[in-house]
Amino acid sequence: MATATVLETPDLTLDGLLAAPEGRPLLSCIQCGICAGTCPYGDVMRNTPRRLIGMLREGFIEEVIASDDLLSCVTCYACWAKCPRGLHLTDVLLPLVKEQVLLRLPQVPAELQSALSNTLRYGNPMGESPRKRAAWVDGAGVPVPILKDLGRPVDVLWIVECYAAYYPRGQDNARATARVLAALGVDFAILGTEEKCAGECARLVGEKGLFDTLREQNMATFRKYEFASLLTSDPHAFDAFRYLYPSLGLDRPVDHTTPFLAARLDALRPRLTRKLGYRVTYHDSCVLGRHNHMHDEPRRILEALPGVSLVEMTHNRDNTICCGGGGGGMWLDTYYKAKGYPRLSDRRVEEAAATGADVLAVSCPYEVPRFEDSLKVLGYDDRMVVRDVMELLAEALAD
Amino acid sequence: MKILVLLRMVPDVVEELEVAADGASLDRGFLRLIVNERDENALEQALILKERHQGTVVAVAPEAPEVDDVLYTALARGADRTVKVTGLEEGLGSRALASVLAAALSGIEGLLPADLILTGCQAIDDLDGLVGPMVAEQLGMPYVGIVTGVDVDAATGVARCSREYPGGVRGSFELDLPAVVGIQGAEKPPRYVPIAKVRAAMASGRIESIPAVAGAEASLLDVIEMRKPVVAERAEMIEGDPDEIAARICEILVGRGLL
Repeated sequence: MATATVLETPDLTLDGLLAAPEGRPLLSCIQCGICAGTCPYGDVMRNTPRRLIGMLREGFIEEVIASDDLLSCVTCYACWAKCPRGLHLTDVLLPLVKEQVLLRLPQVPAELQSALSNTLRYGNPMGESPRKRAAWVDGAGVPVPILKDLGRPVDVLWIVECYAAYYPRGQDNARATARVLAALGVDFAILGTEEKCAGECARLVGEKGLFDTLREQNMATFRKYEFASLLTSDPHAFDAFRYLYPSLGLDRPVDHTTPFLAARLDALRPRLTRKLGYRVTYHDSCVLGRHNHMHDEPRRILEALPGVSLVEMTHNRDNTICCGGGGGGMWLDTYYKAKGYPRLSDRRVEEAAATGADVLAVSCPYEVPRFEDSLKVLGYDDRMVVRDVMELLAEALAD
Repeated sequence: MKILVLLRMVPDVVEELEVAADGASLDRGFLRLIVNERDENALEQALILKERHQGTVVAVAPEAPEVDDVLYTALARGADRTVKVTGLEEGLGSRALASVLAAALSGIEGLLPADLILTGCQAIDDLDGLVGPMVAEQLGMPYVGIVTGVDVDAATGVARCSREYPGGVRGSFELDLPAVVGIQGAEKPPRYVPIAKVRAAMASGRIESIPAVAGAEASLLDVIEMRKPVVAERAEMIEGDPDEIAARICEILVGRGLL
């Protein structure tokens, strides 16, 4: 099984790509085409990952950069997971080339441009006020301390992240998480208005400069405080903190809320007494699931909830189908639609609906808006709802 | 061809605006400034014209918080020179600001003569769009505002501009150069520039800071009071079947003398 390793890549010109340690494995590609076959957009891209690799190593570098095929990569890690040669396409090679693609685009798609500009200016892609980043705390029902106000070290610094902090349905996730953490008596705090996007999607869409800026700003904030570990609600931030921030000195353990609470199920179980009565199917997120192989943790939580029966979709665990939101895909829906691409979240929701489940459970805050939109578009919103595992967990907690 | 672009910072309404303790100005404690959106479009239009006809683009902006980021971004986008006019007092009205800008353009070496001066046709603190025409007047140049398309014919020395009127009517104008043009929207949305390029521009440090020259005109307006709109609870939700709702709407319209 491939391991989740994200390498730090030096700034490279494409001419130097094959000479660099990160780029050299391109030469070991056997052009088998598994990447093209497993890529969720492989059937609509003009040049599939297999062909892009072939073009790069045959010297058609300008052609790869000039084409916008790499913008079709939603960084689902499917090619990375299936590559028989273990090539780090998603996390190393494609971002390297993608940066050049983004630099040369005659016009960056408007939604992506707005998300990237907003992330730089406001620290979140929605363009919401940084001062309102902790507004969700009202209505949490439990104390949610802000680290700056607390004035002491904490065990767990919880990075709520953009979609859980601002998006209304994401805030349901944040409030649920706060309730569960409080029920467990975890010594936690948030950064409040000091928190900024971790920047993972910026890096993977090719905006390395934005990622570097955010990483420097966030590390400066982390250095101001004492905390034993980092926790986040967003798998994308989890990846960034786990694999990319350590090179700037982040040396604390990092966890995502789902595995964090799965590890504390024994302490929670006596409190999980409210019977839910749901038939649930779980969607493995590309980053938490396929990239970090955390497939069992969310299922252990779901199976511990009273009155929940778990049914599996055809594509599950490492074979999960991407929601289409990674690597900047959250802000490229219009661009993909204009190109006539299918909406990946629609494909996933069709499969979820076919299970007969009434709840589609997720562990990534990107998936809630994507799947809720697809449920409405496909007409399944009368029989299925999307809930984060945290929401279900909090619902099962006795008051 | 030389194009000057006037950029200025305005309150960013992503943050809630608060009235300061004096009751007549914005509380600057939490206020963040952002480049005027229409000025950003003026810069984009200038860069489009530069790409089309060659030449240079110079961005000029009064000093304000975060204006350096805007000027570095302008350099990264393709501006050739950026000038920050320093030492201005805060809260200048449109007339005084136009006067200071006109004096700066005339007084700073190498800015004038220029072929074209582009700026936003209005700003959220200049909804009447007075700054552009007042700058033009003081420089003795023609002005057309609310422009959504502009091109330059270097051979005949004219700019051709188009602007929209209500009812889908479009007007075309021809101005003798040099001229001032108030841009409503560029031909295409302002381009995105990767942060790596902005960081490179910052490293080069190419913003010229030049003290303001006193303007000839003072503001003729005094702000007496500034307050937030009072929220009134006058909405009436009309319920019932469509016929009942329609009847009620007619009743209200007739009752208010609107029908």
